[in-house]
Amino acid sequence: MFVISIISFAIQDKLGDPLRELVGQSVSEEVRNELREEMGLNDSFFVQYTRFAKKAITGDLGTSYFFKEPALTVILKKLPATLELVLGASFIIIGLSIPLGVYTAIKPNALLSKAIMGLSIVGISIPVFLTAILMIYVFAVELRMLPSYGRGEIVEVFGYWKTNFATWDGIKHILMPSMALASIMLPLFIRLIRSEMMETLQSDYVRYAWAKGLKAKRIWFLHALKNTMLPVITVGGVQIGTMVAYTILTETVFQWPGMGFMFLEAVNRVDTPLIVAYLIIVGFIFVVTNTLVDLLYGLVNPTVKLARMGA
Amino acid sequence: MSLLSVRDLVVKFAMRHQTLTALDNISFELARGERLGIVGESGAGKSITGFAILNLLSKPGFIAGGKIMFDGKDMAALSNEEMRLIRGDRIAMIFQDPMVTLNPVLTIGEQMIETLQAHRKISRADAAQIAIVKLREVYIPAPEERLSQYPHELSGGMRQRIIIAIALLLDPQLIIADEPTTALDVTIQADIMELLLELCQNNKVSLILITHDLGVVSQMTERTLVMYAGKIIESGRTREIVNDPQHPYTQGLINALPQQTLPGHKLKQIPGNMPGLGALPTGCAFHPRCDFATETCKKTMPEFINFGDVKVACHEVARLHQINKTAEQPDD
Amino acid sequence: MSGTSDLSRWTRFKRSNLVYDFFHNKVAMVSLVIFAVFVLSTVFAPLIAPFDPYDPLQINIMNSELPPSWQDGSDPQFVLGTDDQGRDLLSAMLYGTRISLIIGICAVALQAVLGISIGLIAGYIGGRTDSILMRIADIQLSFSTLMVAIIVLAVAKAIFGSQSFNEYALFMLVLVIGIAEWPQYARTVRATVLAEKKKEYVDAAKVLGFGPMRIMLRHILPNSVSPIFVISTVQVANAIISEASLSFLGLGMPVSQPSLGSLIASGQAYIFSGSWWITAIPGFFLVLLVLVINLLGDWLRDVLNPKLYKG
Repeated sequence: MFVISIISFAIQDKLGDPLRELVGQSVSEEVRNELREEMGLNDSFFVQYTRFAKKAITGDLGTSYFFKEPALTVILKKLPATLELVLGASFIIIGLSIPLGVYTAIKPNALLSKAIMGLSIVGISIPVFLTAILMIYVFAVELRMLPSYGRGEIVEVFGYWKTNFATWDGIKHILMPSMALASIMLPLFIRLIRSEMMETLQSDYVRYAWAKGLKAKRIWFLHALKNTMLPVITVGGVQIGTMVAYTILTETVFQWPGMGFMFLEAVNRVDTPLIVAYLIIVGFIFVVTNTLVDLLYGLVNPTVKLARMGA
Repeated sequence: MSLLSVRDLVVKFAMRHQTLTALDNISFELARGERLGIVGESGAGKSITGFAILNLLSKPGFIAGGKIMFDGKDMAALSNEEMRLIRGDRIAMIFQDPMVTLNPVLTIGEQMIETLQAHRKISRADAAQIAIVKLREVYIPAPEERLSQYPHELSGGMRQRIIIAIALLLDPQLIIADEPTTALDVTIQADIMELLLELCQNNKVSLILITHDLGVVSQMTERTLVMYAGKIIESGRTREIVNDPQHPYTQGLINALPQQTLPGHKLKQIPGNMPGLGALPTGCAFHPRCDFATETCKKTMPEFINFGDVKVACHEVARLHQINKTAEQPDD
Repeated sequence: MSGTSDLSRWTRFKRSNLVYDFFHNKVAMVSLVIFAVFVLSTVFAPLIAPFDPYDPLQINIMNSELPPSWQDGSDPQFVLGTDDQGRDLLSAMLYGTRISLIIGICAVALQAVLGISIGLIAGYIGGRTDSILMRIADIQLSFSTLMVAIIVLAVAKAIFGSQSFNEYALFMLVLVIGIAEWPQYARTVRATVLAEKKKEYVDAAKVLGFGPMRIMLRHILPNSVSPIFVISTVQVANAIISEASLSFLGLGMPVSQPSLGSLIASGQAYIFSGSWWITAIPGFFLVLLVLVINLLGDWLRDVLNPKLYKG
């Protein structure tokens, strides 16, 4: 986090002249210098940074140039959109990768397995935005089954959070973007689960389980799967960072009003405070998810002390 | 009728470029309550024999021929489900390294209870009770606590005892023990062996003990098979084989034992190495290393001849035996 | 097998498992052929391409949006149609693929050099240096390449202005993708170094008085070659996708020097109006290129991995 904030801040400093952005060109030199003094822009880097950090902790991440609102507010408004997208994609990924990965590991020579693996390789070879465009073309233009942009009908829940999942129209809107976002990670996870599972199936304890005369389903889904998931969870955690980056791409294609889209626009407009705020929030989300993943790992793996303490 | 009958078992490995023979016409019988040892170097095929009986060969291995009869039933004719019911219930297996045999992410209790529930209609609580009883039989202190512990929390010796306990959970007729003490400390090996012997004798369980250690075999088993390069070269009563080995290889093994060497003298090794499956010599597989090898040995595989309670496959032994026979009964 | 050391390297290679497996594996052979076609066509692009897409004199806006030759309304001199600026799509794609390949290979070369060096040093020296270097690697790994690239390129664009940015775009892309992914190589090489360090030949070399540099380069490195090869193919594929994504977002190659990604981007708006080929055809070839690279990488990994027996 520390590293992130320093880098973000450094960028802010170099990017454009904040003063000019705020005040416009026509103000005279003197007034500008005065304002500069007042805003503390002439202080040393260190001082400026400390001020920034202090404000950040209290939730003040600066004010967006474009929106003329506190950056934090802007981001928080867009956050649910992105999070729901990620959630939708995660459902698809988890829901599909485990059964498919396990199946292709158990029956690697079956026709279906080969088909799944073939599709997986094609899946990783197609960039996210292409999948997105392709899907739009097929479903929205040709078949006219799903809407091609925007969030559609959203329902307010808990007063603040606007969700897509509550209405059928909302679901139709979120379906394609989620699938597009999932399309990169899904093949990856299928391959990962498959290769880990295949290795686990060769292990001595699995052979021993067969020797004990246990039923196949139990061996596959308890003995083997539990061990398989350990490295998968670890890798999964790292992939979260990649997911966030891909939301930028996906949201752009679908014009999904989330954080990613906002970030891209901010970059194009050189709306520095917003850029900085985005980086910090993303960094924060990242740290939180990684911690959660570590906890999850500790719960599943009994050789890590956490499990015993909790159990 | 014998409990287990193996006739002309052939096991092959289907590799990328060739098919190798791992077991070449293995045959033996096992009576109820009898303890049999299978001895040989690593790679001789002893473990494979054990796995083949339970049809647990891992790819690329497969059974290419022969018949395995257990309790009068032809194993090859059994369905997957029937085979599953036999495993763990009628025939139990003990693997070599207890560290990797138990699943690290499941508790001991889980791994014991599931074995019981896979074969009997029984509640968790009842299964747990039986598990505790068995744990006591293998002299594990505080058995109730063990159920909720994980394998990595226990010592190697304890883990192997637990595995022995699991093997006995369903009162099997046969236990196949594949190098059960090789991975343990020397100090514990004797204890585990004693335990195994005691349990087999008390419960009248047949035992197939697979090991490379002749010393262990001489104490534990009634009969022994000596394997070399996928074939049985000598078989018979353990005492006879150990005291008066016939086959040059067996002789070499006995001579190589540290107990056979006077202090200060070099240990007598059999020169050379056992050939890999892809590079088997012609005729008798042992001839390159054998002191008594003749031309016949290089060309043809020796047949078994009976020698009292022992069967040996060696041309030299056959020849000597023939000479003796002619000498003893000149007019037969 | 004492005879092998007498044969020349080339003969040993020819008889090796690798070559044998290659000629028995249809997928690998086809992939290599397709890949070769790609490479050759881009190398000879100036000779093959009917038009020079960089020459503004050859572009006539009146020619824009002509469909490919198998549809009506097309102009036979533009085999695959034209884009929105009137450029011949075939020529633009040839040059575009050339750019994609150059970026892909150069960026990976950079990653490899950086990563291997750092990995060797970290693994060999160990201790504090190792910990610090690996920490940095971890931090960098957690920021996905795409994010880092977007930020850096956005900043660069803002600082240098669009004009000069476009001139150096190629260079910048190679630099960014190259620096962002070194941790992958470093991790792998370090793991190999740690494993090899324990082996006796390293002790032998040390006893003989060889300096660390020499031991690292001439003794340890050759043994880590195979995992490096396997990663490299995947990395090239990823680099190409990253570049395409960045160009799609407008942060990569400029419109005047299009890469496959920017071509796809420029065509996005025209899908609905019917000019699907501007996006679809470059898209198809992009996927094909990445796909064959991935297939080759997969095959390489299977062949070089002794653990899996495909019984």
